[in-house]
Amino acid sequence: MTSLIHDASAALTERPSGHTSQLSEQGKAVRMRALTLLGLGTLFLTTSCKDSHIDNLEERSRLSDEVSLWPLPQQFQTSPVAFKLSASRFKIVHAPGSTAGPSCSLLQNAFRRYFKYIFGYVNEQGQPRSRVFDSELRELQVLITSTDPECDAYPSLKTDESCKFAVVFLTAFVVVFVVLGLETFSQLVYEDDYGVNNINKTSILDYPRFSHRGILLDTSRHYLPLKVILANLEVMAMNKFNVFHWHIVDDSSFPFLSRTFPNLSQQGAYHPYTHVYTPVDVKSVIEFARMRGIRVIAEFDTPGHTQSWGKGQTDLLTPCYSGSSPSGTFGPVNPILNSTYDFMTSFFKEISSVFADAYIHLGGDEVDFSCWKSNPDIQKFMEQQGFGQDYSKLESYYIQRLLDIVSSTKKGYMVWQEVFDNEVKLKGDTQIHVWKMNPQYQDEMARVTAAGFHTLLSSPWYLNRISYGQDWQDIYRVDPQSFNGTPEQKKLVIGGEACLWGEYVDATNLTPRLWPRASAVAERLWSDENVKDIGSAYSRLEKHRCHMVRRGIPAEPLFVGHCGHEYSGL
Amino acid sequence: MALKMFQAQIKLLRFLFLLIVIYGEVEHVYGVWPMPQQITQSTERYLLNPRVFALSYANDSMAQSGCSVLDVAFKRYFKLIFPDFAHGTGGPGFTNIWSEPEPFTLVVSVRTGGCEGYPDEGSNESYNLTVSARQAALRAESVWGALRGLESFSQLVYQDDSSAYFVNKTEIEDYPRFQFRGLLLDTSRHYLPVNSILSTLDAMAYSKFNVFHWHIVDDPSFPYQSSTYPDLSNKGAFHPMTHIYTQSDVRRVIAHARLRGIRVLPEFDSPGHTLSWGKGQPDFLTPCYKGDVPSGSFGPLNPTLSSSYQFMSDLFKEVTSVFHDSHVHLGGDEVDFTCWKSNPKVQAFMAKMGFGSDYTKLESYYMENILNITAALNKISIVWQDVFDYHEHIPKDTVLEIWRGTPAEIRAELGRITLAGHRVLLSAPWYLNHISYGQDWRNAYTVQPQNFSGTEQQKELVIGGEVCMWGEYVDATNLVSRLWPRACAAAERLWSNEKKTSSVERAFPRLKDFRCTLVRRGIQAEPLFFGHCKHEYSGL
Repeated sequence: MTSLIHDASAALTERPSGHTSQLSEQGKAVRMRALTLLGLGTLFLTTSCKDSHIDNLEERSRLSDEVSLWPLPQQFQTSPVAFKLSASRFKIVHAPGSTAGPSCSLLQNAFRRYFKYIFGYVNEQGQPRSRVFDSELRELQVLITSTDPECDAYPSLKTDESCKFAVVFLTAFVVVFVVLGLETFSQLVYEDDYGVNNINKTSILDYPRFSHRGILLDTSRHYLPLKVILANLEVMAMNKFNVFHWHIVDDSSFPFLSRTFPNLSQQGAYHPYTHVYTPVDVKSVIEFARMRGIRVIAEFDTPGHTQSWGKGQTDLLTPCYSGSSPSGTFGPVNPILNSTYDFMTSFFKEISSVFADAYIHLGGDEVDFSCWKSNPDIQKFMEQQGFGQDYSKLESYYIQRLLDIVSSTKKGYMVWQEVFDNEVKLKGDTQIHVWKMNPQYQDEMARVTAAGFHTLLSSPWYLNRISYGQDWQDIYRVDPQSFNGTPEQKKLVIGGEACLWGEYVDATNLTPRLWPRASAVAERLWSDENVKDIGSAYSRLEKHRCHMVRRGIPAEPLFVGHCGHEYSGL
Repeated sequence: MALKMFQAQIKLLRFLFLLIVIYGEVEHVYGVWPMPQQITQSTERYLLNPRVFALSYANDSMAQSGCSVLDVAFKRYFKLIFPDFAHGTGGPGFTNIWSEPEPFTLVVSVRTGGCEGYPDEGSNESYNLTVSARQAALRAESVWGALRGLESFSQLVYQDDSSAYFVNKTEIEDYPRFQFRGLLLDTSRHYLPVNSILSTLDAMAYSKFNVFHWHIVDDPSFPYQSSTYPDLSNKGAFHPMTHIYTQSDVRRVIAHARLRGIRVLPEFDSPGHTLSWGKGQPDFLTPCYKGDVPSGSFGPLNPTLSSSYQFMSDLFKEVTSVFHDSHVHLGGDEVDFTCWKSNPKVQAFMAKMGFGSDYTKLESYYMENILNITAALNKISIVWQDVFDYHEHIPKDTVLEIWRGTPAEIRAELGRITLAGHRVLLSAPWYLNHISYGQDWRNAYTVQPQNFSGTEQQKELVIGGEVCMWGEYVDATNLVSRLWPRACAAAERLWSNEKKTSSVERAFPRLKDFRCTLVRRGIQAEPLFFGHCKHEYSGL
């Protein structure tokens, strides 16, 4: 048996990429061999790097409707042959020959998590009476084929690209991360009429359409308890999101506890002890996310949106003037003082070490010029620099210096679209985050990509905006690549983010407001661009939301109906 | 000697502390939501220590220990007044050092008994509350008024930064503007677990709502388990075992509501909105026809069969004995005539009755029969406005509920219904299942239920209103946060004096505070705008 497994995986990993016809031939061979194995009750999940080919789309939707996979895999085959899974016998194990083993804590944790999701609801029955099933699935073997399994690494933008998909033969998957494959596997398991867990013979090839699939949470306008953030990372994994964009501070409050500048949260948080994120909190968020293949990108938005910074850092904000005397109010960051840049240098040095991801989001949106205009020192500076009355030049001046500071920390950066619009000189790897509805976001995407920058879309995905009815359908219909541009331009779209801004959202209503509406974004960013049938999406999403509810997540209903197990976590 | 000096020091310190307590910064007067009719507060405040705080019956009270409603309420409100104490910590230690705890007693006096009864139309909810040094006196006509007074008292108590409890010297004279202050939940479009209903009743009591309108069945499902017709839920519920309300569930809801002074008004909507009924009751719905053959689909209840009326009579006999309230809601809204029109037997019946092709006459005929059934069971009926719109002869005591229309149309309808001498309920502006981005509670707050042209007598026929949370997009996952604090806006409109509560801007900070009170009490009330609560919601 061992040698068979080895052969099969070798056949897969050695296959050259880009030959789809060969793939299906070899896939068939592998499937045949695996079929033999299945008799012995074994299922494989392996990852390797391949290109894709797409099955008959209609057929795939029909099949997936039955088992309700969300987001829909790229390639999917299933048969009526079903196997039973027993909680007392089923195991998820490392396959012989896998480069990852029991020391890989990321996988060990994922195995346990998904075992619980699959069997967690089954009552403990004591010693099972001896029974023989016709066909039983005893093992899910996980085979990692790359020489470095990257157990301790942080997920990065590259991870998806370098490993396009893995192949699972038999009832099998292809996944970027084993974690994602386990999620798919867990979605394939269903209870039959006798309450027994079943899985059908299935074969899946899967990989994401976009590499950046994010959720933005805003912890400044309302503080979100750690528990809520972690729970949403868990739901993100269920939906194959891979970026948590942490809009951690803003005008309203500064809950990030900085080691270098503790006064920022001491003075700027809603409460210096109960409404802050300590370094330990931040670490635990990052680790919890890493375990689920999710990157954490922190946003420290400047020069606007910084009212709360001013409370703990004197002279950082611009004093506004009323006539010839200070009015007592403050505007954006003061861009004319050297102390500002000294502060930013120390601050971002800390940030770049606290947040492991290769990217930092620097904001740069919605800068209100009225305060700068009122300040005589700024006026003088404008004159010296020859900016005339063009305050966007002053903004660019600030951003330019900030970008230089951040570049020196070896981090890449993301910025909101205004920074691009104002023609700030940007590094080639800068990612432009499109968020405005006006001008039309399609035009903005075209302009940004024409200039050669990577871009991601959020404009139509501001999920804090609610309305009556099934607004997930509009969310679902969006396509980030539907703008006028060359294929090269389209390739510069790295994905998108669903944003849940915090004006009207806190721990009381966040989860049901976000889910399952964000799931619509998840499928758009993961699945093939041709997956857009609303009817198929509805029936699968309805089941997927019941999956989430079953796992204790208060995801709101799409429409009239019920789940077998309703939410009971009041 | 040393001890004496120490005692003297302690006395001095206590005096200083008292000064701080009395003249200490009073951030703002802690309000009550909904706003009482009369409230006077001073900055004088008293420290409350949970260890020496008591709730007791006055000597002259008709209700005494053993009064089920108030005994339980005392226990409940002690925990609400001292939230930390309930969690096992007895407040800050320093109060024990700086001052000997001063006992404080809330003395309750009720003029009439009725501790074992049910709240109903005409229950007196007025109360007077006087908070002074060492004691507060709560006087009410009935136990239901005493409950409202306890709620107000609990909202007057606040904690300072060191978590010590205080209450300010206060005088309240209070009574509701409208006697009917309802909230509708829809348990048919989505099943709501009993716990969701019970916690909604808790939150209703915090906002002084007094009617739970239970829209228990409708087209999608029939979760009510009838003892007379068990097949209705066996076949019509989403699931016959897990998605139903058993008789004991219903009793539990009614008991929970009674202890909070809340009436439970059941709605069994017919002849439309009955698709789920048809699954467990054959020949009950009208078979629709395609040409001259049955199409296989069904329409509203079949009004031409005497078996329909027999069934309804039996069902309502059961329903009116299970639910104690003097009123029952019969629905009567949105009847689609296309199926009736297609059916040859219905056509023949129309001809026989001389209705011509006016199907509203058929609907009237049906409603008239149903109204007679409930009248014979000594219940007063409430129906949706549709019944009034097409029907001239309905019993005078029937209550109409307005659920649709533009503001102008609503005003006109209010005028017409009250001119005809009917009592009326307003719910059209309070369909809280309709959501939009931003602070839509402001719209709910600025409704003026008596602002229509009519005489004073007509205005008095407006007996109140209802917040409706229809279930198309709502279940246990999002019900609470969607309902609260938006429903609180309607609660104040229905309880308080309109002139004193006309400003949305003045309501905002009070409602913000009250929302934090709800969160502290474990109700998942969503935020009004950015900001924070001292104790954030800690669930998911």
